[in-house]
Amino acid sequence: MNFYSIHAIFRFEMARSVRTLMQSLAAPVLATALYFVVFGSAIGSRMAEIGSIPYGSFIVPGLTLLAVLTQSVSNAAFGIYMPRYSGAIYEILSAPLSPTEIVFGYVGAAVVKSMVLAAAILITARVFVPYEVAHPFWAFFILLLCAVSFSMLGFIVGLCVDGWDKLEVVPSLVITPLTFLGGSFYSLNMLPPTWQTISLFNPVVYLVDAFRWAFFDVTEFNPMVDVAFLLGFLLVCIVIVGQIFRTGYRLQH
Amino acid sequence: MSNAISLRGLEKTYANGHQALRGIDLDIKHGEIFALLGPNGAGKSTLIGAVCGLVKATGGSIHIDGHELPRQYREARAKVGLVPQEMVNEGFESVLSSVRFSRGLFGKPPAPKLLEQILRDLSLWNKRDDATMTLSGGMRRRVMIAKALAHEPQVLFLDEPTAGVDVELRRDMWAMVRRLRDRGVTIVLTTHYLEEAEEMADRVGVISDGRLLLVENKTDLMARLGRRQLRLQLQQPLTQLPADLAGFPVELVDQGRELVLDVARDNQGIADFLRRLAANDIDFKDLHTSESSLEDIFVELLRKPA
Ligand SMILES: Nc1ncnc2c1ncn2[C@@H]1O[C@H](COP(=O)(O)OP(=O)(O)OP(=O)(O)O)[C@@H](O)[C@H]1O
Ligand SMILES: [Mg+2]
Repeated sequence: MNFYSIHAIFRFEMARSVRTLMQSLAAPVLATALYFVVFGSAIGSRMAEIGSIPYGSFIVPGLTLLAVLTQSVSNAAFGIYMPRYSGAIYEILSAPLSPTEIVFGYVGAAVVKSMVLAAAILITARVFVPYEVAHPFWAFFILLLCAVSFSMLGFIVGLCVDGWDKLEVVPSLVITPLTFLGGSFYSLNMLPPTWQTISLFNPVVYLVDAFRWAFFDVTEFNPMVDVAFLLGFLLVCIVIVGQIFRTGYRLQH
Repeated sequence: MSNAISLRGLEKTYANGHQALRGIDLDIKHGEIFALLGPNGAGKSTLIGAVCGLVKATGGSIHIDGHELPRQYREARAKVGLVPQEMVNEGFESVLSSVRFSRGLFGKPPAPKLLEQILRDLSLWNKRDDATMTLSGGMRRRVMIAKALAHEPQVLFLDEPTAGVDVELRRDMWAMVRRLRDRGVTIVLTTHYLEEAEEMADRVGVISDGRLLLVENKTDLMARLGRRQLRLQLQQPLTQLPADLAGFPVELVDQGRELVLDVARDNQGIADFLRRLAANDIDFKDLHTSESSLEDIFVELLRKPA
């Protein structure tokens, strides 16, 4: 493991987001703030409490996850797609880098960005609605695990797509709908039974549930099963990335 | 001592079935400047790509300073620097941070003094804070060279480094390549400018359609295939060669207005030839000698069926 190599990639990626701070941080924070204004303060005050949790607070974990999941995928995908597109990937390929170092550099940077974003959103949310975190360690751990595994997913997307337009397909056509339908804004048992059953096939349901448990100590499943599920997902991503590097697919000619 | 680069039976068939390398055997010695020549599509970039990790070879073996690829990629890759044929737009990155990135990427600790020296040598130091995308094409090419040198490679690949570059920059690059060689860096370059190979290279390899047609010392090649001619413009055109000159490798061209003596094949001497002309009352108004360039040799080689 060479620290200088990882650091070089990491720094390059961070410099890119600092240059585009408006897009990478301000935009998602603003979008989330708008959700809180509309759903939290305006509509939320007319909504019944869910369990004993005010509606505005209830949506905090789900909205945070929505931003973290989509931004993790987007950021990591963009990070590796960019050099593939510009041709700068030649340098990565010609360098004495192990796949692990490349992944640590790109995915590490995407994870840090997502964690910073999550912190910014949680602070913003606190301005609009009251909430406390029941299990701070678990909240951090689950958030980190989500950021890591979805950044890995983004990395895979960035390695496999062959056009700018396809880059946003996964975050906006897959992650966003799954998160909206994954109980970010409602509790599953508010749904008709058929939809409840369908929702069980939505993996994001378990992430939202686990994260909300860390906040409010209420759960519809077992949070430890949720975490195990996340770890399994991460493992699958790691295996896929390993396979991509072993075969040189879409990297080498 | 092992060679800087050693290729055995190197083959590459692209995914579309095109065979770009058809069994290349090549040894490049430490510290030499090797020029790879060949027409468009010959496989030069593919060969470089295979050595530098951009292209996955489909057959044969590659050793860099004795380290086998891809097994010992860490040791092997650390020694190699690459300036690719295609220019890459690094966008908003500044020149200095881009070069710093390259050094870090190769796992080397920061070396501000060294990077400053590299940028100064390439006349980039006063542009160090400029975004690469604001630079001119020639300047960007210098940046790519600086990036390749940032990790102090022992072998440097330059894929058409002087394509689309003005005369001044080309001379700068030649000077830089010589300085690198003096420091012991092995250099492999491809070029379409034959004068470049002639000027720079110790050895020349000619590749065409994925095969190495020859690898030879540049001077040997010139001596073997190079032709030296003595050309005489005559005062009076001749209709035929005087019988007296029959023993010489001489030709009458340009409708009898010019005599051409093949100096390399002439074993009697120019002085003797000129005396014979005088004895036959053949006057000439001008004379000059010419040597065939690598270009002529190259064209001839490719014309011959391999
Ligand atoms: N990615 C690819 N997929 C399929 N064929 C390719 C690919 N890259 C190159 N080729 C083909 O392989 C052959 C060799 O290409 P290469 O780029 O090595 O030539 P070259 O000698 O560098 O030419 P030039 O002087 O134009 O740079 C060409 O016929 C080219 O069309
Ligand atoms: Mg080429």
